[in-house]
Amino acid sequence: MIEVEGLTKRYDGRVVVDDLSFEVGAGELLVLLGGSGCGKTTTLKMINRLIEPSAGVVRIGGRDTRELSGPELRRGVGYGFQQVGLFPHMSVAENVGVTPSLLGWSPDRIRSRVDQLLALVQLEPAAFRDRAPSALSGGEQQRVGIARALAAEPGVLLLDEPFGALDPLTRDHLQQALIRIRRELSLTVVFVTHDMVEALLLGDRIAVLRDGGLAQLGTPGELLQSPADEGVAELMATPRRHAGIVDSLLADADG
Amino acid sequence: MPMADELALLPGYAIAHLQLSLMAIGLGVAISVPTGIWVTRNARLEPAVLGAASVLQTIPSLALLALMVPLLAGLAGLLSGLGVELRSIGFLPAVAALTLYSVLPILRNTVTGIAGVDAALIEAARGVGMTDRQRLLRVELPLALPVIVAGLRTATVWVVGTATLATPVGATSLGNYIFSGLQTRNFTAVLVGSIASAGLAIGLDALVRTLERGLVERSRVRIGLAAGFLALLCALALGAQLVRVASSAQRPIAIGAKTFTEQYILAEILAQQVSRWTGLETRAVQSLGSTVVFDALRSGEIDVYVDYSGTIYATIMKREGLPGDRARVLEEVRQYLADEHGVLLVGALGFENTYALAMRGRDARERRVGDISGLVPLAPGLEIGGDYEFFVRAEWQALESVYGLRFRAQRAMDSALMYQAIAAGEVDVISAYSTDGRIASLGLALLRDDRGVVPPYDAIVLASPGLARRHPEVVEALEALAGRIDEPTMQQMNGAVDEHGLAPAEVARRFLEGLRFR
Repeated sequence: MIEVEGLTKRYDGRVVVDDLSFEVGAGELLVLLGGSGCGKTTTLKMINRLIEPSAGVVRIGGRDTRELSGPELRRGVGYGFQQVGLFPHMSVAENVGVTPSLLGWSPDRIRSRVDQLLALVQLEPAAFRDRAPSALSGGEQQRVGIARALAAEPGVLLLDEPFGALDPLTRDHLQQALIRIRRELSLTVVFVTHDMVEALLLGDRIAVLRDGGLAQLGTPGELLQSPADEGVAELMATPRRHAGIVDSLLADADG
Repeated sequence: MPMADELALLPGYAIAHLQLSLMAIGLGVAISVPTGIWVTRNARLEPAVLGAASVLQTIPSLALLALMVPLLAGLAGLLSGLGVELRSIGFLPAVAALTLYSVLPILRNTVTGIAGVDAALIEAARGVGMTDRQRLLRVELPLALPVIVAGLRTATVWVVGTATLATPVGATSLGNYIFSGLQTRNFTAVLVGSIASAGLAIGLDALVRTLERGLVERSRVRIGLAAGFLALLCALALGAQLVRVASSAQRPIAIGAKTFTEQYILAEILAQQVSRWTGLETRAVQSLGSTVVFDALRSGEIDVYVDYSGTIYATIMKREGLPGDRARVLEEVRQYLADEHGVLLVGALGFENTYALAMRGRDARERRVGDISGLVPLAPGLEIGGDYEFFVRAEWQALESVYGLRFRAQRAMDSALMYQAIAAGEVDVISAYSTDGRIASLGLALLRDDRGVVPPYDAIVLASPGLARRHPEVVEALEALAGRIDEPTMQQMNGAVDEHGLAPAEVARRFLEGLRFR
C-alpha cells in the first residue's frame, strides 16, 4: 500500500533521514518509533510531502506521490498531529468538513459525512457539530482532529504522536478508539510515537529509527524476542520492567 | 460670523473631507494588504518594506502634503509629454499624501497579523490539503483580520484627522474651517471644523469596528449594517463628485487665496466682481501656501489671485540687492511674469501690504525709535516674532545684512498669534503686514525702512496664462479694480474681519457696493 524507497532528507548537508526503505501493507498499522531527532516525524511528513524529500521515492497504492501536487496528494491522505490544529474560527463541523469542501463535495454530502465521522469518534453529532474548538477538552479536540483527517475517506492515515499531550486515561480511550476505527475502515496507518508501550499496543509492526536510519523493523513479538542490537533491546526492557512491576504488585494484592 | 452661516458650509466641506478620506483609506488598504501578504511570503523583504513605511510615517504630515505638490508637478511635467494631464494641487496631492500616511498602520498590522497565526494551524491547513492561496484566504486572513482591522482603524483616525491639513495644498476639507478660521479669528469656524472632523473620525471608526465585529461574530446583521452605511457614504461621496463634474461643463473661474485675512477678502472681491460683471460662476480655492498658489496659477489650476510685487520680486525672481522704487519694481515684475511664465499682471489694486517691523507704540515712544536704524542698537535686548515665512525670506536677510540687526531671539509663529504675542508682551517686535487692521487697534508703531531694503509690496492681480484667451471679459472686470483700494481702505476691511468679526464675503460686498455708487 505504501512503499518507501531510498527516502532521504538533508538540511544544509546535515542528513536527517538516510536512505530509508520500508513498506506498509494494506490495512496495516506501522509504528515509527524512536527518540527525538531520530527522523521519525520527518519521515512521516515526507510521505504526504509536508516535507519534500531530498531523494527517494514514496508510492501510495503503487502510485508515485510526485505525480500529484502537494495539496492534491494531502487531500487523499489523512493527517493528524499532537497539537491537532483545529481552526479556531470554524465550528467543529466546518473543521471536520474542510477537506471535503476543498474537494468540492456538495453541502449535503459534507453534512452527512461530518455527522457520520463525529459518531465514529464517539462525539454526539447534535451536541458537538456547532461548537467552537475552544469549547472542547483536549481529548475531544483530538477526536475531532482524527475525524477531520478521515473526512475525505482516505485509504491512508498518518498520525504524528496524536495522543502525546493527553492524560493517561484519555490517551487510553483514544488508543482503543483508534484500534476500533482502523479495523472498521481497514485503514493503512503510519503512526509516529516515542512511547514504547503505545507502539507495542497499537502497532502491527514497529520500525525503530535511529539517526535517520532503520535500527530494526518487525512485529512487537519479534522486537521483544530478538532485538537486533543493544539499543533495541534496551528500548524493549523498559515496558518489560514496568509490566513486571505491575504483575508483582497484582500478585501481592491477590496473595 | 453667526453659526448658521458656518453650518451652511458644512455639507460641502464634510463631503469633500469624506471623499478625501475614503479615497485615501481605500487606496491604503488596496496597497497595504497585498503588500503585507507579499512580505509575509518573502520574509527577507520584511525589514526593508516595513522600514520604508516607517520612514514615510516619520515625515510630518503637513510636510508630506506640501511635498506632494512639487513631486506631482514634476511628474506632471514628465507625463505631459505623453499627453496625460496631472493636477499638482487639490485633490490629487492630498489623496497621494494621505494614502501614503495610511499605509504603515495597515501594512504593519497585516504583516503582524499573518505572522502571528499559530504554526500548528499552518501545518493543519497544509495537512488537510489547502493550497497556499486557500490557506491564505481560509485560515491566515480570517485569523489575522482583527489585527488588520485594528490597523485600519488607526489609519482611519489618522487620515480623517490629517485630511484637515489638506487645505493648504488646495484640497477642500473640514480644514478650510480651521485654516480660514484661525486667520480671520473666527473661532466658531475653527470649532465647527474641529468638531466635525472629530465626529467624522469617530463615526468612521465605529463603522469599521462594527464591520470587524460582524466579521468576527459572523453576524449578518452587523456586516450588513456596516457595509450598508459604508456603501451609502461611498455613494454620497461619489454622487457629489458626479454632480460636480456634470455641473462644471462650464468650468468656474477659480480664485486663489493665501492664508491670511486680507487674501480672503480680496479673493471675495475678485469673485464678486467677476460674477457681477460677467455672470460667470466662480470657485474659491482658499488657504493655499504662498508658493503653492503661484505654481497653481502658472499651471492654470487657478485662474486669478492677488499677490504682492515684492513677494514675486524676492521669492520668485530671487532678486538680491536694493530694490528700486515702486513703479520700477512693478514694471520689472510685469515683464518677468509675462516673459518667464506667461502670467498676466492685470493691475495693481492701489495699496501696498509690505512687511514692516512693528513695536508696541508706547515702547517706540519711550525709547524714541522711529525707524529701523534706531532699532538696531536696542535689538540685542529684544525678541522678534515673525510669520512662518518671514525669517527665511530675502527681506529678512536684507534687513539682517544691511542694518546689521541682531535680536536676542526670533520666533516663527502663526500670523494671527503674532499680534496677540506682541500685545501680550511676549515678543517686542513683529514682522507686521502694513495693511493689517490690528496695527491701529493694538496701537502698534511701524518702523520706517530708512535704508530702503524692503521692496515695495504693491497688491497685484495676477491672471493665469489661459484666462485672457478664454475669458477676456474676466480680465476686463478685474482691470476695473485697478487703483481702487488704498491702504486705509484695506486696513479698514481687514479690521472689519479681524476685529469686528464680519465675514470676508460681507466686507467684499459692502466694498463693491460703495464702489458702484462712488
